[in-house]
Amino acid sequence: MLERIYRAQKVMDEACRTRGRQINIMEVCGTHTVSIFRSGIKSTLPEGLKLLSGPGCPVCVTDQSYIDNVLQLAERDDVLIATYGDMIRVPGRGGSLETKQPGANIKVVLSSDDALQLARDYPNKKIVFIAVGFETTAPATAVVVRQAANEGIENFFVLSGHKLVVPAMRTLVSQKNHRIDAFLCPGHVSAIIGYGAFAEIVRRYGRPCVVAGFEPMQIIEGLGEICRQITADKAELKSIYTAVVTEQGNTTAQAMIDQCFEPADGYWRGLGKIEKSTLKLKGAYAQFDAIERFGLSQEPVEDKSGCRCGEVLCGLIEPPQCELFGHNCTPERPVGPCMVSSEGACSAWYKYGRNRKKQQ
Amino acid sequence: MCLAIPARIVELEGDKAVVDAMGNRWRARTTLLPEARLGDLVLIHAGFAISLVDEKEAKETWELLRQIDDFEKTQDKVSG
Repeated sequence: MLERIYRAQKVMDEACRTRGRQINIMEVCGTHTVSIFRSGIKSTLPEGLKLLSGPGCPVCVTDQSYIDNVLQLAERDDVLIATYGDMIRVPGRGGSLETKQPGANIKVVLSSDDALQLARDYPNKKIVFIAVGFETTAPATAVVVRQAANEGIENFFVLSGHKLVVPAMRTLVSQKNHRIDAFLCPGHVSAIIGYGAFAEIVRRYGRPCVVAGFEPMQIIEGLGEICRQITADKAELKSIYTAVVTEQGNTTAQAMIDQCFEPADGYWRGLGKIEKSTLKLKGAYAQFDAIERFGLSQEPVEDKSGCRCGEVLCGLIEPPQCELFGHNCTPERPVGPCMVSSEGACSAWYKYGRNRKKQQ
Repeated sequence: MCLAIPARIVELEGDKAVVDAMGNRWRARTTLLPEARLGDLVLIHAGFAISLVDEKEAKETWELLRQIDDFEKTQDKVSG
């Protein structure tokens, strides 16, 4: 194993020498971010190679207006909120789901299936499923929406916060001030969409895209593969996560998404409005759309907290450069979503960076 | 959030499965992976199997999850 690490490091050194300036590689997966920090990979990289944490955590990229809509719904007596645990502590204007009255109408679920079951168990309530997540999670929502339609369930609604990874990557490399040389692409999103989905980023923007799993060795070898391309002055599409990811991905899951959803313009924290980057229920399934049913607004709201999560997500600053980091914003008392989510860049910096200092 | 956990299908009826990872068992569905069979190792995300996975990959991931869990416990002790 050491030999594989040394080999990858040698390739990285060579890329840094060839490029003659700092190389910035963005990881677009919250699980990568955590694994990179936890394993201490950053400290083994050559000085000229920098990792940027991108918009790879679904909770972190969720716009403030979405959180406000969730909180607004949670106040209704006729509504029961079904949410993945990640969303419970994300602050909106006027608190978070966690700070709502104890015993309030909020249930944490582990799957979309559990959310639909609530609709059967509580026929007098309107169940609103807080559906966040990228392409990995969206098919699970699609399955239960179809099931609700088949069973004629009328008290189940979806507040879709589902997002698509590739449009965000496209937006990042289209920005004038971006400094991304290559992408380390997400493993489990790619299990669904297939590594072929990143071809456009390679072709149109000349950025190497390499899919890797989240074990440290996979990440190191993924970075090695990117550096090999940089040295050769090439941009290629490659997956080294061959145990899980194919070029086509999971076509059953893709078909499930296509049947229920259509791409729609939508807001991302830090990135603003991105064309066709979110998933909206379509056709006969639009009846399950919570936005329509409850007449909610999706216009962005101004965040006055001083939180700089948006810049962190675009790789423009590192978490400690935010004035709130570690003082007014900690995992116990988070201000922004990147500190709330265990996969957020701020949370990872705080947890693992702090621990490393203690060890020294 | 996009983390998927490898687990073995130990019961399967239609698309409803019981899966096992490191001795923990829970319910999951194979709707998105119709080719999954009893005894297969699969990646489970948010209650759904999304991909088949081999033994080596599953073991590596379980080991990593165990390490993360240990680390989280140490952190809890430090901050608690």
